[in-house]
Amino acid sequence: MPPVRFLLPALVAVTWTAAAAAQGAAGGMARIPAGSYVPLYVAAGTPEVRVAAFRLDRYAVTRGEYLAFVRSNPKWRRDSVKAVFAGEGYLADWPAALDAGTPTDRARPATGVSWFAARAYCASTGKRLPTTDEWEYAGRASEHSRDASHDPAFMSRLITLNTAGAAERALPRRGFRNAYGVHGMHGGPWEWTDDFNSVLVSADSREAGGTGRHTDFRAVCASAAIGASDPSNYAAFLRHAFRAALDARSTIGMLGFRCAASA
Amino acid sequence: MRSTDFTLRRSTFALAAAVAFLAGCEVADSDDAGALLAMRVPPAVTGEEVATITAPPNVPPPITRTNATKVVVNLDVIEQKMRLADGVDYTMWTFGGTTPGRFIRVREGDQVELHLKNAANSTMPHNIDLHAVTGPGGGAKATLTIPGAESVISFSAMNPGLYIYHCATSPVPMHIANGMYGLILVEPKGGLPKVDREYYVLQSEFYTKGEYGRPGLAQLDMERGVDENPTYIVFNGSVGALTGDGVLKANVGERVRLFIGNAGPNLTSSFHVIGEIFDNVYGEGGPTISEHNVQTTLIPAGGAAIVEFAVEQPGDYILVDHAIFRAFNKGAIGILTVAGTDNPMVLNSVKTGLAPTPK
Repeated sequence: MPPVRFLLPALVAVTWTAAAAAQGAAGGMARIPAGSYVPLYVAAGTPEVRVAAFRLDRYAVTRGEYLAFVRSNPKWRRDSVKAVFAGEGYLADWPAALDAGTPTDRARPATGVSWFAARAYCASTGKRLPTTDEWEYAGRASEHSRDASHDPAFMSRLITLNTAGAAERALPRRGFRNAYGVHGMHGGPWEWTDDFNSVLVSADSREAGGTGRHTDFRAVCASAAIGASDPSNYAAFLRHAFRAALDARSTIGMLGFRCAASA
Repeated sequence: MRSTDFTLRRSTFALAAAVAFLAGCEVADSDDAGALLAMRVPPAVTGEEVATITAPPNVPPPITRTNATKVVVNLDVIEQKMRLADGVDYTMWTFGGTTPGRFIRVREGDQVELHLKNAANSTMPHNIDLHAVTGPGGGAKATLTIPGAESVISFSAMNPGLYIYHCATSPVPMHIANGMYGLILVEPKGGLPKVDREYYVLQSEFYTKGEYGRPGLAQLDMERGVDENPTYIVFNGSVGALTGDGVLKANVGERVRLFIGNAGPNLTSSFHVIGEIFDNVYGEGGPTISEHNVQTTLIPAGGAAIVEFAVEQPGDYILVDHAIFRAFNKGAIGILTVAGTDNPMVLNSVKTGLAPTPK
């Protein structure tokens, strides 16, 4: 079963890794035009957030790409990384410090990478991590619409994509290509954003008379629904809860990243 | 009252605190009957032990200790594909690898040290809100745990009774709908009366895309959840969990105690055992018997009850939610099989109304 199942991804991975090496960045970047969107937690008086034009990696960074980064930046090898920059799960699913596994494995999204490491990777390619607003703005797109956030069928599909098991979500190039040409924003591993831990805090002080009382419960309890712009957007709640639980050292098997750049 | 110092209900306390606040005075610390509102101080504990926690329908043995102690509870969060009905699987998020999760049994006054470990291959952060815990979030905030990590909280089991616990990570309805709940019993100081059998039964709902019984991997249907229209309503996590090889068992003459939880996430249960009358009901999961001779007891979503009865006649006794379409069409059925000698004075077939057997 596995040989058949993985044959195609493996072939894709091999050809595409070679192409990636030539290009320097696999798949390149998609241009995301400026616009605005309504975040899950809106600030009083400013329900829409303006997002400037930016570019976003078409694919999440793969293990193979991350391996190349580690080779040329030995301080990010798992056997030499400083503990303050990465938790125990850093690249823990690799067979060895400079072995990212089979061709299929190398085509999988790179996971078990801390925020520090993801930032360093992006910087090494002249890029940066997307902001949460940028990620959420681009993530509203379905295959055919740049904003499918009011399409119940699409939103329902996101829940299904995002609640698959870990093994399925770690498959190479899972998910769909959206209207911007960005692949796999939903259904693969969760992805780092540059300001993953600031959204909850900054959004909160504008509520509850500025006491910040709800902040602590944004990720937990039914009170997470308080102040949410769309209580039915469960996929967004999942992402917010995940980000809220992280710290910059977190290294989780179901957390990867892609890079962005200003337009 | 079984215990004078811990019979105070937090709701009344909150009310009193509010009244006291409005009146500009402090809450009196008094043992007067009218003042069930005193601030409680968790008692000192001696010793330490690791709790035995059990998968349903089993219940840990009664606590024989006469002192409060420190109890370590180790709970593992595991996400895995499990059977929901014949031919139907569902990716359950679990406390301990089963839905419902492990049954936790502690004693009133115990200091509980709860270790919540989220498996490394989990896709979500998880946490736990124990209704037995006094304090914001019931422990939820302090136990938010990313995959591969462990959180530890310590709490005083101040209020005796039977309580639901559940995951409370946003979006909460989804974590509950995916199977993250269980029961914790805080035994009153003197223990519960001795019985011959104790079982753990928990009712819950599943909301799936596709109709009841559609084969394959069922997916959460959030709209059905919002509409409070479950596809499945089950005891102990799947259709048929308490039938076939899973039936509960007892013998004629034995006393049976059921610890029943209702995790919802939406519906109230009209819990009934066909052919039995509950001799005792500990209403709302409280530590004292509130009612005798009950046919059907209400269990709210996020609530629990304890029922006790003696079994006098052999045969099958059917556990149902007596909102009966739920039992017939959605799965809310279990069986208690009683073995032993026929007791015709209790119930006897005198003349059958069926057609005579052809010769």
